[in-house]
Amino acid sequence: MTDLLARRDLSTGPEPPEAALTTGSTGSRILGVCALVSLAILVLLAFVVTGQDVNLGESIRIMYVHVPTVSLAYLCMILNAVGAVWYLWKRSEFADLLSHAAGELGVVLLGITLISGSLWGRITWGAYWVWDARLTTTALLFLMYVGYLAVRAATPEPRSRAVRSAVVGIAAACLIPIVHESVQWWASLHQSETLFGTLSPKIKGTQLFTLMFSFVAFGFTTAWLLMHRFRVAWLAERAAESELEVAIAERRAEATEPAEVVS
Amino acid sequence: MIALLAAIKVTSQWPFILGAWGVTVLIIGGYAFSVVRRGKRLSRQVPPEQRRWM
Repeated sequence: MTDLLARRDLSTGPEPPEAALTTGSTGSRILGVCALVSLAILVLLAFVVTGQDVNLGESIRIMYVHVPTVSLAYLCMILNAVGAVWYLWKRSEFADLLSHAAGELGVVLLGITLISGSLWGRITWGAYWVWDARLTTTALLFLMYVGYLAVRAATPEPRSRAVRSAVVGIAAACLIPIVHESVQWWASLHQSETLFGTLSPKIKGTQLFTLMFSFVAFGFTTAWLLMHRFRVAWLAERAAESELEVAIAERRAEATEPAEVVS
Repeated sequence: MIALLAAIKVTSQWPFILGAWGVTVLIIGGYAFSVVRRGKRLSRQVPPEQRRWM
């Protein structure tokens, strides 16, 4: 019980070294360096090495952020759904926290996709936004994952939060194939797939290499962010448990203290 | 840097291109900063033996 009470606020005790107060590890630091170096190389490739495209002109340089961020957003959302199914099946805390971290990162990446896409649309279509099938379904997907985060934030009890958010996460993931196929199913202003739509990619040479490299650079960045966000979620759970244990210990300590006699 | 600036020809598309890249860097950088800061704050409340990556 003394340990629990002493743990109440570690910040009031002797200050641990700053290096110890981190979600970093050797692996995450290596990943972080890889992310920074590859992002720097990507900037050089995108702005110096590659030229403008015959059809897209200079705006192809937006593709080097737009395409990898949307692909990695889908990947995060699929990971979120896998974690949700895993949680409902095994009731694993790891799965719930992984699902949460992936869902939040998916929202961040899809937000970037929507903004970069609207800037690209302003160049290509002359409008930031059109109610096109691809854009509308992507906005809907974004809002569903914002809803997922809202459900998590609005439910304080951990088990209820995990179950409810898992159900929302699985439902939201059902929209991913609709978003992906929307350019094929409905008449759309949005171009069809640049890379994987056919066996022969529509771009070639340094442009193709830069686009492929952008997946590597944003892939490292996403992996780094996911690792740290998962650890933050883990710490938040442990801190909440610790607070609960301390509160129980305090109540027990109060109950065992002799009552003061008031004369 | 000079090569980068020399490569950028000012056309009407450039504000949007730089805007897209700038927003990407700002959002990812801001999110990374907030995650690391939240991690540092929560690490103060959790004993080292419960931080399994240490």
